[in-house]
Formats: sequence, structure tokens, C-alpha cells
Amino acid sequence: MNNILSRNNAEKRFKVYGFLAVSTAIVLLGILLFKIFSTGISAFNQSYIGVKIEINNSINSSEIDPRTELRQQLRNMFPELTTRAEKRTLYSLFSTGATYEFEDLLKANEGKTINGYYYFLASDDVDMYVKGTVKREGDSAGRLMSGQLKILDQFEEQNLVELHINKYLLAGADSREPEMAGIKGAIYGTFYAILIAFITSFPLGVLTAIYLEKLAKKNRLSDIIETNINNLAAVPSIVFGLLGLAIFLNFFDLPRSAPLVGGLTLGLMTLPTIVIAARSAIKSVPPSIEEAAIGLGSSKVQTIFNFTLPLAMPGILTGTIIGIAQAIGETAPLLMIGMVAFVVDIPGGPMDPATALPVQIYLWADSPERAFVERTSAAIMVLLIFLFLLNITAVYLRKKLEKKW
Amino acid sequence: MSIEELKVSIKNLNVFYGEKQALFGINLNIYANEVTSLIGPSGCGKSTLIKCINRMNDLVDICRYNGQIMIDGEDVNDPSTDPVSLRTRIGMVFQKPNPFPKSLYDNVAYGPRLHGMTNSKEDLDELVITSLQKAGLFNEVKDRLFEPGTGLSGGQQQRLCIARALAVNPEIILMDEPCSALDPIATAKIEELIEELKEKYTIVIVTHSMQQAARVSNRTAYMHMGELIESGLTKTIFSNPEHIKTQDYITGRIG
Ligand SMILES: Nc1ncnc2c1ncn2[C@@H]1O[C@H](COP(=O)(O)OP(=O)(O)OP(=O)(O)O)[C@@H](O)[C@H]1O
Ligand SMILES: [Mg+2]
Repeated sequence: MNNILSRNNAEKRFKVYGFLAVSTAIVLLGILLFKIFSTGISAFNQSYIGVKIEINNSINSSEIDPRTELRQQLRNMFPELTTRAEKRTLYSLFSTGATYEFEDLLKANEGKTINGYYYFLASDDVDMYVKGTVKREGDSAGRLMSGQLKILDQFEEQNLVELHINKYLLAGADSREPEMAGIKGAIYGTFYAILIAFITSFPLGVLTAIYLEKLAKKNRLSDIIETNINNLAAVPSIVFGLLGLAIFLNFFDLPRSAPLVGGLTLGLMTLPTIVIAARSAIKSVPPSIEEAAIGLGSSKVQTIFNFTLPLAMPGILTGTIIGIAQAIGETAPLLMIGMVAFVVDIPGGPMDPATALPVQIYLWADSPERAFVERTSAAIMVLLIFLFLLNITAVYLRKKLEKKW
Repeated sequence: MSIEELKVSIKNLNVFYGEKQALFGINLNIYANEVTSLIGPSGCGKSTLIKCINRMNDLVDICRYNGQIMIDGEDVNDPSTDPVSLRTRIGMVFQKPNPFPKSLYDNVAYGPRLHGMTNSKEDLDELVITSLQKAGLFNEVKDRLFEPGTGLSGGQQQRLCIARALAVNPEIILMDEPCSALDPIATAKIEELIEELKEKYTIVIVTHSMQQAARVSNRTAYMHMGELIESGLTKTIFSNPEHIKTQDYITGRIG
């Protein structure tokens, strides 16, 4: 009687411990996600300031210098600002991106006239103030000085300060100006690198696994190979970065900062994960099925391709996607091979210099501008969403391939 | 019975799994168009012996053997013999039903497709159907040929495996306890099938059922601890065994 009671109690206690462990993990994860999302979400909007544009002659955009013209239009709005310093203060509320936007506006109205209010990208300091990230203290706010605030107040009085969707963040490459900085370049860099990593490591890993599981004789040598592959999986990623530096850059003389090299390095890093996952998936294919195929006169290779591999595929894919997901989040090896450069162009291919998402996060986190804080979190959100999608794909593929029978 | 035609002759076969010897100097003749049954207590080496005939033991890394196995006068272990084409001449039905995780149709069609035995879809369809008919399964499954083979009952699965082996039109069929997972009715069906099959094929069947051996086989071989104790016509072995161990086993005193 007593015995049963204490056993039941022990079981209950154990359940409680388990529950506590799980809830701790969930709460910590929740805090992390909340922190990132609450900081990052504001980066998807940014401040725009309305400017009255009045051009009464028909526009010939090639004859107008957008920079001077925009400034002229601004001065027309504020005729009371006469000194050079005051004028410069007025201009400083806008980002350099405003000039490009104005240029686009002119081009869009080629041959026509313009008269009305148009919104232009504000500087990051204005943005931080408008979003309330920095507060007014005395007569300044963060890096906004009293002169700037005075003019900004006038814009606000006329309801000319608005938050628009941040089109630079997802559609632009990196920039020194936070308000114009985007992660598209980094996303492309990551995409190319991961593509290369997958193309190289998947076939290599699967073939290695097949060879070790099915074709190699079990002897001293195969034991040694096996142990070494397991050890490789535990090698710190920075070491793979050094390896990539030594082999791909120094020996093969491939371009620095290129996703090609990043991808090859990440592929090397992912290889052991794939080999291990593929081997255990291949091992779990029932030998009776392979025997049946062999008994019908399939050769070893036919058996592998007709039965072993298809049956092992869900497991192999899951392992591969987990490996690739790891590689996507990896920064250290990319730093070693120079994918940490400041690149303002969106890479057109795997040979162009690029950064990757995690490296971009690292770079932004390291930047002194206040406005990069929310953008760092936004980039993390994008990275997390990518990883989440990848994992969903893994689950979906496994379900789909397994459901077949 | 007409003149016996020697199909398989096994001479002085020794088999080792690593250090452990599993078969000791086996000598056995198997005749064409007959059913030869192998009986003996568990672990005596019956499966090992039939797997030597189609060289399935090649798959076991630690397995070594010496001795001679001749099929139609050709040495199975001769370097010039290709084990893959050898296995197409020898069908095998395993102790545990092991259908492929494919449809019934694809299960049976796998061998013919692999060896390019048919030229058209119609030929293949027909071969699949006749194979299923021979295995006595067609009527039960004709509406679900494209459903997974793993969805059948154990006995149906075993007959599917037989149909699959028949589809490649082998000369010899090795059956390793084909009825061990079956009820008496399914067993009776398979025995009937064996009866029909021996007209065209040479059959070796491993069984734990004395009655089954007595019912279906022309010849019986009794094995014990890796040795072949006695072999001969089933009638003789069951009515008048030479060896005391055989008699003890048949009458249920050992095994
Ligand atoms: N793959 C293997 N590795 C090592 N030893 C094996 C292997 N297969 C069989 N043996 C050994 O060889 C001996 C004969 O086994 P075998 O499977 O041929 O017996 P069996 O007569 O078929 O038994 P059962 O009636 O239980 O199926 C046994 O002692 C077994 O332990
Ligand atoms: Mg056996």
C-alpha cells in the first residue's frame, strides 16, 4: 500500500519537474522573442516629412538637379529661414534618400507640372524622435538640436510628419545611413551561400553515408572514418572558417567576400551533420526490404536507389534541413572568409561580394547609430522567420514523404 | 516418378559466421521438379544453408564458406558466376513476409521491370495477374491492385511475396518457413500452391511442421547443430529413419 503511494508520488513529482523544465524553457524563449519583436517591429515603419512641391514649368528631369531643386522647394516653404546655418538645419531633417525620392518623383512627372504636398524620407534622428525612441530633454532630443526641433515642430503643426512603411529595409542593401539601410543584399548573400552549401554538402553527405553504411567493408579504416566524422560535427565553426580561408581563398584563390566561398565553407561545416543524419536514416530502413530486393536479383546499387534511399529520404532531408538551418545562423566562418565587408550592392550572383544575414545583424549591432538598434532586431526577426519556414518545410517534407505508405 | 534430374548439388559445405562455424561438411542433392524440405531444431542452420544456394549470405560481412554448390553443373561460388543473375534464377520467400512499401502491382512488377522481362504494359499487366493467380491471391485483391502491399494481412502478404518471386520466372524457389505466420487455412492454400508449383519449379522449403514436410515434400533433409544428419525420400525418413536423432526429432522427443 505504502509502496504504491510512494511510487505514485514519485511519478507526480517527476511530472512536476518535467513541467517546470518545459515552462522555464518556454518562458525564456517567450521573453527573447518578445524583446526582439517589440524592438524590431518599429523598424518596419519610418518617418516621412511632407514638402510642398510647386513646379509650374513642364518638367525636364535631365535639366533639374534634384538636390538643389528639393532644397529650393524647402526654402520656399520656410522663407523666414535666411541664414546659411538655419537653412542647413532645415535640410538636415531629411535623409540623403529624400533626394533620390525627389528624383524619382521628377522622372514620374516628366513633361508635366507638380503642385502639392509630397512626402520625403526623414533622417534617422528625426525618425527616432518621431517614434518616441528618443525623448525631448530640455531643448534637444537625442542628436536633434534645438534648431532642428523648432523646424520639425512646425512640420508637425501642419501634420506633415507621417510614418510610412519602410521600403528600404526589405528592398535595399546595406547603407551607412540607418534610414536607408536594408537587408536585401544580406538575404541574397545568405541565399546564394546556402544554395552553394546545399548543392555541395547534400550529395557529398548522402554518398558518404551510403558508402559507409552499405558499401564499405567494416574494418579498422571505416571505424576511423566514422569516428572522425563524428568528431568533425563537434568542431567549432570558426575552425571551418579558417579551413575555408586556407583552402578556398589562399589555395584556390577564389574571390574574398563571395557567397561562393561562404557557401563552400558552410557546406564543409554542414557535411558531418548530413552524413550522420543520413547514416542513421539509412540504418533504420528495414533490412528485410533490402533482402527482398536482393533476392529478386537487384544489384546492390539498384537496391540502394530503389529502396534504401527513398525510404531513408525523409530522415535524410530532416537532418539536412537542420544542418542547413544551423549554417544559416552561422557567423564565425563567414567572418573568417571576409563576408563581413560593407557591401552596398545587391549581389547578382555567388561570385559578387556580399554579406549574410547573421553577419549583417552582427554589423548593425556593432553600429553606434541609435536607429540601427531597431533594425538589428528587425533583421533578427527576418532571420528567425526564415529558420521557422525552413523547419516547417522539414516537418512538411517528412510528413509528406512518409505518408506515401 | 520419372528419371530424377539433379538440380542442385551441395558438396562438403562449411559455413562460418566470424569464428563460429554454422554448417559442418554438408552434402545434399536437390532434384528438379521436386519439393525438398529441410527440417531440424531452431538454430541448426537451415536458413544458413538455403541462403548459400542463392548467395544471400554474401550480404553478411562476417560470413565465410568453403565447399561446393553446383546448380545445373555450374559452381555457384565460381568467380565467373554473377550473384545478381544467379538470384534472378532463384526465387526466395523469406521467413517473415517482407512486401515492398509499394502498391501490390508494383510489388509483383518490380522483378520483371528490373530485368526488362516484358515489352509492353499489357504484357506486364498479364504477368502480374498470372503471378498473383499462381500465388492464389488474385481473387482476393483484384480490386485493390494499386493499394499498398503492406496493407494486406500477414498471410496475404506472404502470398504476395510468393507472387513476387514467381513473377521473375525462377527455376528454383527457396522458401524459408513460408507458413510460420499463417493460420491453417492460409497454410493449406500455400501447400496447395507448392503442390502446383513443383510441376514447373524446383522447390526447397524450410519448415518446423513435420506434418507439412510429410504432406508437401518428396524428399526431406534433417539437420542438427549445423550437420546434415540424414536425407532421403520423405516417405522413408518419416517411416523408417536411419538415424536415432532423426527419429527423436520427428516423433517430438527433441527440438
Ligand atoms: N548473421 C549471422 N551472424 C552470426 N551468426 C549467425 C548469423 N545468422 C545465423 N547465425 C548463426 O548460425 C546458426 C544457424 O542459424 P540459422 O539462422 O541458419 O538457423 P535456422 O536453422 O534457420 O533456425 P530457425 O529455425 O530458428 O530459423 C545459429 O547458431 C545462428 O546463431
Ligand atoms: Mg531460419
